[in-house]
Amino acid sequence: MSAYRLPTGGLIDRAQPLHFRFDGKAYQGYAGDTLASALLANGVRLMGRSFKYHRPRGVLSAGSEEPNALVELRSGAHREPNTRATVAELFEGLTATSQNRYPSLKYDILAINGLFSPFFTAGFYYKTFMWPASFWEKLYEPAIRRAAGLGRSAAVPDPDVYEKSTIFCDVLVIGGGVAGLEAARAASATGGRVILCDEGPLLGGQALNDGAEVDLSGLENVTLLTRTTVFGVYDGGTYGAVTRLTDHLPSANAPRQRMLRIIAPRSILAAGAIERPLIFGNNDLPGVMLAGAVRAYIHRYAVAPGRRALLALNHDDAAATITALAGAGIAIAGVIDARPASSNFVQSLAAQMGAPLFSGARILRALGRLEVSGAEVLQRDGATLNLPCDLIAMSGGCNPTLHLTSHLDGKPVWDERIASFIPGKLPPGMQAIGACAGERINRNILPVWSSGRAGGKEFVDFQNDVTAADITLAEQEGFVAVEHLKRYTTLGMATDQGKTANVNAIALMAAASGQSIPQAGTTRFRPPYTPVALGALAGGHRGQQFKPRRLTPTHAWAAAQGATFIETGLWLRAQYFPRPGEDWQEATRREVHAVRNAVGICDVTTLGKIDIQGPGAVAFLEFVYSNGWANLAVGRARYGLMLREDGFVMDDGTCARLGETHFVMTTTTANAAKVMQHLEFCHQILRPELDVCCISVTDQWAQIAIAGPESRHVLEKLVDAPFDISNAAFPYMEAASLSVCDGTSARLFRLSFSGELAYELAVPARFGDALASRLMQAGAEFGITPYGTEALGVLRIEKGHPAGPELNGQTTAHDLGMAKLLSGKKDFIGRALAARPALTGPDRSTLVGLTPLDGATLLRAGSHLLKPGVPATAANDEGFITSASYSPTLGHPIALALLANGPARLGEHIRVYDPVRNGDTLAQVVAPVFYDPSGSRLHA
Amino acid sequence: MRITCPHCGQRGLEEFLYHGDATPQRPSDGGATPTVEWTDYVYLRDNKNFAHEELWYHSAGCHAWLRVTRDLSTHEIQDVRQA
Repeated sequence: MSAYRLPTGGLIDRAQPLHFRFDGKAYQGYAGDTLASALLANGVRLMGRSFKYHRPRGVLSAGSEEPNALVELRSGAHREPNTRATVAELFEGLTATSQNRYPSLKYDILAINGLFSPFFTAGFYYKTFMWPASFWEKLYEPAIRRAAGLGRSAAVPDPDVYEKSTIFCDVLVIGGGVAGLEAARAASATGGRVILCDEGPLLGGQALNDGAEVDLSGLENVTLLTRTTVFGVYDGGTYGAVTRLTDHLPSANAPRQRMLRIIAPRSILAAGAIERPLIFGNNDLPGVMLAGAVRAYIHRYAVAPGRRALLALNHDDAAATITALAGAGIAIAGVIDARPASSNFVQSLAAQMGAPLFSGARILRALGRLEVSGAEVLQRDGATLNLPCDLIAMSGGCNPTLHLTSHLDGKPVWDERIASFIPGKLPPGMQAIGACAGERINRNILPVWSSGRAGGKEFVDFQNDVTAADITLAEQEGFVAVEHLKRYTTLGMATDQGKTANVNAIALMAAASGQSIPQAGTTRFRPPYTPVALGALAGGHRGQQFKPRRLTPTHAWAAAQGATFIETGLWLRAQYFPRPGEDWQEATRREVHAVRNAVGICDVTTLGKIDIQGPGAVAFLEFVYSNGWANLAVGRARYGLMLREDGFVMDDGTCARLGETHFVMTTTTANAAKVMQHLEFCHQILRPELDVCCISVTDQWAQIAIAGPESRHVLEKLVDAPFDISNAAFPYMEAASLSVCDGTSARLFRLSFSGELAYELAVPARFGDALASRLMQAGAEFGITPYGTEALGVLRIEKGHPAGPELNGQTTAHDLGMAKLLSGKKDFIGRALAARPALTGPDRSTLVGLTPLDGATLLRAGSHLLKPGVPATAANDEGFITSASYSPTLGHPIALALLANGPARLGEHIRVYDPVRNGDTLAQVVAPVFYDPSGSRLHA
Repeated sequence: MRITCPHCGQRGLEEFLYHGDATPQRPSDGGATPTVEWTDYVYLRDNKNFAHEELWYHSAGCHAWLRVTRDLSTHEIQDVRQA
């Protein structure tokens, strides 16, 4: 039996001893312990060093409000800093390490900060480290961060697994204490779906700490979520919560935490109340605890937190501590009641247990170095008295746990009756009950906020080392508003967000500035209520699962061909198909040659495909494209340019007319979803009178480009009779529905992105993989070659086709040399603003081609263009390279660029300047179409 | 935030895309010249508070454009209808 473990009682399982280590030393506790209770049972009271002054600290509370006992739990990649020992459930083999101390907890060198404390008062950063400014980053901040700090996070990727879930209910009950359980029981009885969340492992709340029975009947139909903290309230009845699934286990092959989004039209807040400390000198010494925590350690964990106790209170609720102490066999050195006339309740309890009662008295300061050894008490008659003790149980009253009520702008209001804040305007659908509504707490309270200053630091915010003197100082320096006070002193910040500190601080500020507490104001709270691991917020969205990955219908086939893949948006596309020994450049050049001289195939499924049908389809296309569509015959396709309403180019593609009222549109891969949304906007908002429907069919059709002089010969072998694909019967820009490969329905388009004789063949997506194989077989005799996005890019640059780098959202039809596609005869999206003079002026950067003067130096995308001989300044900048490549067809590097007044400068020499990668060379301005400018090959 | 789509029922914010003020009307003059009405339509928005008529797109649902009336001071949604 450990030194401070009580022989009987508690909610621990004495049949399950657990072994653990703290700062390397081995200890033993029981199942049901927290790290804090197990340490206390072993007589360990010193658990941490404070943030700024490195003062010795022990346990203040027994709950999630704990500001002091923060430790690093576990080790290596699993290390979690700033874990509250008061809520860390003990498990076999647990290892914990104290933080913010060197070399050890007991002998911490930086405790010397306490001696320099005059420099560390409110706003000390601002006052002390003002000059010179350049010292901040290099000297002051790193030094301060080292000296004043909390735990260390694991500096390696989190190996744990997290998950997310959205759950629904009619009533969400937050808090599983007596009030919450009663509410859940009542709500469940009406037949509604009820979820109850409690942050602890056991239901019962304060009743567990007071050793009372907990009634769990009538909850059969309630979803009970223990170890679940509701940390935030959001719009529309949405609540954020985290369930700690395996944090209480040594190791588990299961997710660590689950982030819950709870949708609840109604919620009942039964979050209870958090006790507030009394302000006196050295009130942070290990052995000074909240009275409720003392009861919790005795009743719930069967631990005697001391041998001789002093109880300081100012209301009746804390008097239950007298019974608890006596029952645990702890001597009571005295009951210090701040009220001049103690209530009969306190008087009779003290008398019954033989505890000396000091009415109208208060503790001036605690005595001791590493832990409490006594207290100096100011009696009612003005005399002081030293009372030896090793435990001080204090209670200044309780503060309703109303944090969640203010997440949607609710402002807590002061309730004089209980001398604390109660919820103000509640979030829609929320009701607060029990202690968090201010019910049945702080009976007969006489608020006391100050000890009267008798030496020793009087801590208000334990975690941030903010003292009563700091608050007075802040007031003297003009930081009177509560929000300013918070920022100037850091009160209420850090991991506990001032749960035990805020009300005391506001009261002290009110006293210092001569206002009432309601005048001084209150702080509001933001999510999260307690810290939430970023891993839980990310859930499964990390690494490969960060976003969905879309595979093309030919993915497996391409992988079997040895393709290297590249991410393009969500898609994974074949980048090139290297043969043994080839690098990416060699493979790309071979693929380009194959398309130019024989035939190649490329999966172009990723292009957006939108099916447009209805009698209004033509009028609709006329509206969304800048060029004309009325005269497009059935069975024909056309290039289309789409603008935004501000006149800039949004997207381009082709659109084929498959029937009188049936079109199929393609978009760029990148803009497929955006164009779909845009079409729906144009239809539903701007042209609702048009009888037309649009639907995305990108996923329904596998589409493969067959490009090169031999492409017709390959297709001839696949197309079912009697379809005729001769040049006369199926010329350039023709489109048709047909069947291929003995009866598979398909769509064939004679389109070319490469500039060669080319087709795009679409089949239902499930046949895409088979189609690739069939094309390869049919084309074997012609040297058919699969090509990837690299070759695709080279081919289109050679042909001068603008793509993503040119359609960058800042270019106009004029810039891309497509001004003739702006119809003058119709209203279309972007028409009016595209006509603004600034969007059509000659000085605009316009698409041109570039070739290096030396015929060899590679030009790089992003390089800037300058007149030769002028300084390389932004003022002299004349444009930049958008796309660049080595052209295997021409045998030298080429580039597309946007150059000021480009078309007028063909033949001119221009400096290509790339300071980032040390590029500086001369190039000649040429027309953007490098290959087959007459287009004869398209029509072959 | 939750939006009750008239076609799909109440759905979470993550299914919707926000577009902006629903009140500007596209000029009906055919757009032959870039008049001030056009620049106002494209660029000018009032910085409103309280009841706000705005457009949302049910992108991960039925693709409907919705006209939502929302109180910008409380985020309370008062009305949702097909735009």
